[in-house]
Amino acid sequence: MKKIEAIIRKSKFDEVVKALHDAEVYFFSYWDVTGVGNEKIGKVYRGITYSTKDIQRRYLSIVVSDSFVDATVDAIIKSGATGNVGDGKIFILPCEEAYRIRTGEKGNKSFN
Amino acid sequence: MELLTTNNVWMMLCAALVFFMHLGFSFLEIGLTRQKNTINILFKNFFIITMGLITYCFIGFNLMYPGDFNIIGAFGGVLGFAGAGLDAAAAADLSYSEGYTYWTDFLFQGMFAATAGTIISGAVAERIKINSFMLIVLLYVTIVYPIVGSWQWGSGFLSTLTDEVGFYDFAGSTLVHSVGGWGALVIIYLLGARKGKFDSDGKALAIPGSNIPLSAAGVLILWLGWFGFNGGSVLSADPANTSLVLVTTCLAAAAGGLGAALFSGFLYKNLDLTMFMNGVLGGLVGITAGADQMGPTEAIIIGAIGGVIVVLGVALLDKCKLDDPVGAIPVHLFAGIWGTLAVGIFGASASFDQFMVQLASVGIVGAFCVICTFIIALGVKAIIGLRVSDEEETQGLDIAEHGTGAYADFSMR
Repeated sequence: MKKIEAIIRKSKFDEVVKALHDAEVYFFSYWDVTGVGNEKIGKVYRGITYSTKDIQRRYLSIVVSDSFVDATVDAIIKSGATGNVGDGKIFILPCEEAYRIRTGEKGNKSFN
Repeated sequence: MELLTTNNVWMMLCAALVFFMHLGFSFLEIGLTRQKNTINILFKNFFIITMGLITYCFIGFNLMYPGDFNIIGAFGGVLGFAGAGLDAAAAADLSYSEGYTYWTDFLFQGMFAATAGTIISGAVAERIKINSFMLIVLLYVTIVYPIVGSWQWGSGFLSTLTDEVGFYDFAGSTLVHSVGGWGALVIIYLLGARKGKFDSDGKALAIPGSNIPLSAAGVLILWLGWFGFNGGSVLSADPANTSLVLVTTCLAAAAGGLGAALFSGFLYKNLDLTMFMNGVLGGLVGITAGADQMGPTEAIIIGAIGGVIVVLGVALLDKCKLDDPVGAIPVHLFAGIWGTLAVGIFGASASFDQFMVQLASVGIVGAFCVICTFIIALGVKAIIGLRVSDEEETQGLDIAEHGTGAYADFSMR
């Protein structure tokens, strides 16, 4: 059982969700995050050019059984890449236990 | 009597339109500043219109239209005062003017007076102490604005500056807009820039406005208000004049917006909406001095140059390390000076003599406003200070000065 955390472009979110569904990963959480990285976004306001270091991304948190890890990572990489700096990162963490709150079921019965 | 009624109805409508401009100013200022200072800006705008009307009733109106320059009148009218309060006897006399009744005259002019204070409000936003601001604007709107106004509109010495030619300022490029602009310039010089506006090398940084759609609504409301500001300055519903004035006003606004948008696009390789909006206002302020003197072509030229001046003015203030969050000084002072001078260059009264009179009047009014603002602002600074503390500025004036935020359920940043 592993927890997969991925930081992806917001613009790629719909494609990543579809790819995950295709890989039979149906349940995950996400939230919008702000980070700092190599990408610079040039902006102009009233004649002053400025670059903001704040980079907006979407953060996915997915828990899967070990047999699904490779397919999940593969799906995110294939659907989330544009080839430019700033496509994001994927982290894989050990996950010790999982419960389904409604029934009290334990382990990977609570997801796939 | 029928004519008076028609004229009077138009003038009351114009007074209402000028009143509406205060909403436009409020929206424009809120949108171009950060959300943590919204209540503060609204509070200032409410103070200006309420205080402005009441002081104009007791003092301003009779200082601006003294009839007789009974205090310093020897050199052709410098200072006069017709006594405190409105005159009910004059109001009962319907032959007061062919264009409007006494009451309408007061209300229309009273709405004008407050706008001079509003111009200052935008430029000093996000860092001035609310009490200091209220005190400065109270004195400025009650005393400085009406005295300058009396020199021209109250038949004072500017209206007959030389024997042949008098100063010409149709609706107040100088008498309203520049008066506000000069005051704003001096106060932002004394106040200093907002934290984070300039880096340690003195390079200007961007502090983007929080709500550009609201600013856009504000600018369009101001444009609508200008129908009354210039249209009412005909001082009657005279069909030929009012129609011409509305046409030149709108053409100049359009040309000002396009001029600023194209020029800033060319200069910065970016299509900047806030410059477009400021450009519209620059065109409007520019045509205000000569709206009844120009034809359509002149109006478009004056407006377009007004728009370009606004773009250059924004850059100039950044270069001088002066911080004007909403562009009030480029719009009201720089475009106001341009519009005043343009009366000597284009249109029905263009001549070298007229140009020199316009130039001299800009200088006289500018010097008077700058000196008065220095005296008022330095006095207020000595008594209660001008600027909030660093912590208060970072926290935002809504919480620091008014104890609550404008958008209670919003996360601030």
